[in-house]
Amino acid sequence: MTTLASYWVIALTLVNIFACYWLIKWTMKVREGESAVGEVTGHAWDGLQEYNNPLPRWWLWLFYGTIIFSLAYLVLYPGLGNFKGMLGWSSTGQYQDEVKTADAKYGPIFAKFAGTAIPELAKDKEAMEAGRRLFATYCTQCHGSDAGGTTHFPNLTDNDWLWGGTPEKIKETILMGRNGLMPPMGPVLGEQGVEEVAAYVMSLSGREVDPKLAEAGKEKFVSAGCVGCHGMDAKGNQALGAPNLTDTIWLHGSTASSIKKTITEGRKGKMPAHKDFLGEDKVHLLAAYVYSLSNK
Amino acid sequence: MSHEIVEKNVGLMAILIVIVISFGGLAEIVPLYFVKDTTEPVEGLKPYTALQLEGRDIYIREACNACHSQMIRPFRAETERYGHYSVAGEFVYDHPFLWGSKRTGPDLARVGGRYSDEWHVAHLMNPRDVVPESNMPAFHWLAEATLDGKDTAAKMKALRAVGVPYTDADIAGAADAVRGKTEMDALIAYLQNLGTAVSSR
Repeated sequence: MTTLASYWVIALTLVNIFACYWLIKWTMKVREGESAVGEVTGHAWDGLQEYNNPLPRWWLWLFYGTIIFSLAYLVLYPGLGNFKGMLGWSSTGQYQDEVKTADAKYGPIFAKFAGTAIPELAKDKEAMEAGRRLFATYCTQCHGSDAGGTTHFPNLTDNDWLWGGTPEKIKETILMGRNGLMPPMGPVLGEQGVEEVAAYVMSLSGREVDPKLAEAGKEKFVSAGCVGCHGMDAKGNQALGAPNLTDTIWLHGSTASSIKKTITEGRKGKMPAHKDFLGEDKVHLLAAYVYSLSNK
Repeated sequence: MSHEIVEKNVGLMAILIVIVISFGGLAEIVPLYFVKDTTEPVEGLKPYTALQLEGRDIYIREACNACHSQMIRPFRAETERYGHYSVAGEFVYDHPFLWGSKRTGPDLARVGGRYSDEWHVAHLMNPRDVVPESNMPAFHWLAEATLDGKDTAAKMKALRAVGVPYTDADIAGAADAVRGKTEMDALIAYLQNLGTAVSSR
């Protein structure tokens, strides 16, 4: 606050407090022609008369009490312009104290967990209790409270991994995030081509399809470049986050129409990075929790 | 002046009441216009793009702010969940700000970047598809309603008049930037920008 603004606040505040005191005094003053204390005032409403009685003392002292309180408050706490108050309290200071206390309490626990290798940590009951709570706070919105995922959001409890299920890869995924990209193949393949490739892809996991369509699709799967990410055997590539197409796990839906939609329009899968938000120690614990889900 | 004069002249009493009350505003509100913390944007804060601005208006129209606050208070319990507490300089381009105090849903002050665009689409279409426990209503019509950008430039001009630094080029390109986009696109663009000027820790 500028000095001018500071003085402005100080002056207005003090004037205000003084004005409260003045107002009480001013209204209590006995004026000429007024009836004496305890007598009727002479005002009459439908036969009702009013005594000229003073304010009850306790009430009056409450008013004075608020004035004294406000002055004491302004001496102790920030409020008068730039004056910080004698106690040195501030809302940010209180927040930092709170964080410091918590860090002192929980820091060593997280540090202990951070120093333990993930596979070992995944067997630590206490660590996994903490991990479960972290997961409930930060991860369930997408992956579900049972970590079972839903359409577009992967199941973390099975052994199928888009980006790798080793402790290092899981941690990397949480820290840095992932950007999965399936490009739209509609323009390349055409409507018929999409039909054919979809039929081929469905045949890979043993579903019944028109063999002619699947045969044509197999060719296009190679020529259109699907193999670039999904591989010649269509088993995917964890370096690129390309899913295995030969199993029965379907991130974006298993119906013929959703598979066709995936091929035509492409898909984007984004796992946000959590390094800055959660910090390395919490991510380590979370990675262990996620690892524990599929490595009992 | 006797007390009686004040009590018997309602006009005079009204004037005196206004004077008394204005003291509060003069001491608590007026100085904020001259304090850097409240008048200067935090580093990296950008005015809303045309699409984000339309998204913000949809946010207000659908009364999102009735259930979601945009104000992270300086308590550890809040910063652990949402990120760095909100600071005044983040809101200098908000007219009006949407802080709120009612949280039926979570605070959204730093929701930007926390979820993917696809998550937001799925969540707005039907929140229970991704969060089974959610009691948030679905907003599926946003995906069908298309923006025409008719008023976007006018809105930006009005905001420029109260200090948001839009350039002439921003305003000239506003209609084209939003035309054809769905309301869902706009709302998500707005949400993904929320709170991103301050790093989350």
